[in-house]
Amino acid sequence: MIRRGLAILLLAMSATLMLCAASSSRWSHVPAKEHERSNPFAGQPQAAAAGDELYRDHCIGCHKANAAGDGHKRPSLRSERIRTASDGDIEWFLRQGDLAHGMPSWSSLPEAQRWQIVAYLRSIQ
Amino acid sequence: MPATLHLLVRRLCFPIAILPLFLPSLLCRAQEKPYFVTYTHDLEEPGNLEVETKTALARPDGSGHYGATAMELEYGTRTWWTSELYLDGQATGGDSTLYTGWRLENRLRPLMQEHAINPVLYVEYENTSGADKTILEVVGHDGQSDLAELNGIARREHQHEAELKLILSSNLKAWNISENFISEKDLNHAPWEFGYAIGAARPLRSESSGRDCTFCAQRFIVGAEAYGGLGDTFSLTLRDTSHYIAPVIGWQLPKGVRLSFSPGFGLTSTSLNRVYRVGLAYEFNQVGSLFHHSAGGAQ
Repeated sequence: MIRRGLAILLLAMSATLMLCAASSSRWSHVPAKEHERSNPFAGQPQAAAAGDELYRDHCIGCHKANAAGDGHKRPSLRSERIRTASDGDIEWFLRQGDLAHGMPSWSSLPEAQRWQIVAYLRSIQ
Repeated sequence: MPATLHLLVRRLCFPIAILPLFLPSLLCRAQEKPYFVTYTHDLEEPGNLEVETKTALARPDGSGHYGATAMELEYGTRTWWTSELYLDGQATGGDSTLYTGWRLENRLRPLMQEHAINPVLYVEYENTSGADKTILEVVGHDGQSDLAELNGIARREHQHEAELKLILSSNLKAWNISENFISEKDLNHAPWEFGYAIGAARPLRSESSGRDCTFCAQRFIVGAEAYGGLGDTFSLTLRDTSHYIAPVIGWQLPKGVRLSFSPGFGLTSTSLNRVYRVGLAYEFNQVGSLFHHSAGGAQ
């Protein structure tokens, strides 16, 4: 009986840990097809410069001029989370936003401009 | 102009006029499509305030030229919820100038993910007079005869209306395509009235040049919208309904200013022959955070 109880407890703890691990990685929600997409502007310094301009237009209000965020709910964009993401992950996230947690969807921007922002974010890591 | 309106105008205009003095670093560029009637699923960013005027210029048969302006204050309450207040007024040549009422609207995104087609629910309450000529929507059997009445007579009619819209909208590559289904009910006595608006628009150039320019192609958005009435529950027919088609162009100027223009062409004898629309918008970034530390994108 005790052994069975311990097994159930262990199983529950494992499930909780797995759920925590999954939720800590925002990119785990990104569909594989989107994850694999590459930035058509990758390696183009002028695209990063254009992305800088777009960042100033649309992102600076929340994520601040140095992309460091506010340390709370507006996260830093110079982070491990961005460094480990693929270009496709970031473009997908810009398009989707996270409406429940305050990040707007930027689907209103043309896709090319979202890729230019991705190029800029890569350049500041 | 009644004394209460004088007071309202004084109370509203002064804070709006001095806001730029206190917010020089909070200006940002609006990202909205230049539609005048059609709504998209792009909501205001949380904490941002956009102040916009939408002016309609037209001449109904049997009446003088008029200009009707709606001043719109649009606030991003949440990422999925935008609230707006409109103050309407008009001036008719050879007649008079008057305040015609206010509207309060809310737009809510029920789905938190971006889809191929994105629904938004729109709920509005209008407290306007019959002299309102802003034509922010066309429903039922609305026609140019409604706009030709003398102001002194039309203003006596009070409209307490509820309006519901289902907004369906898609952003594909650089394009936006939106469809609105409108139903409106005068809360006093009238039947439900129905209407539609559809629009498509895209920037002239989808990539950013990276230059801080005024006349770059990416600063211009062009497209077209069509809107009209679909009858009401007493007479669900297209007979005696108005329909318009209108090219639209928007120009995103530096310093957070957006200009838009649209010549609309009536497609039926009930419609106005032409209606010209001009919009001027100015967006203030993160105004909400001035009043509440956690406002803005922090919800």
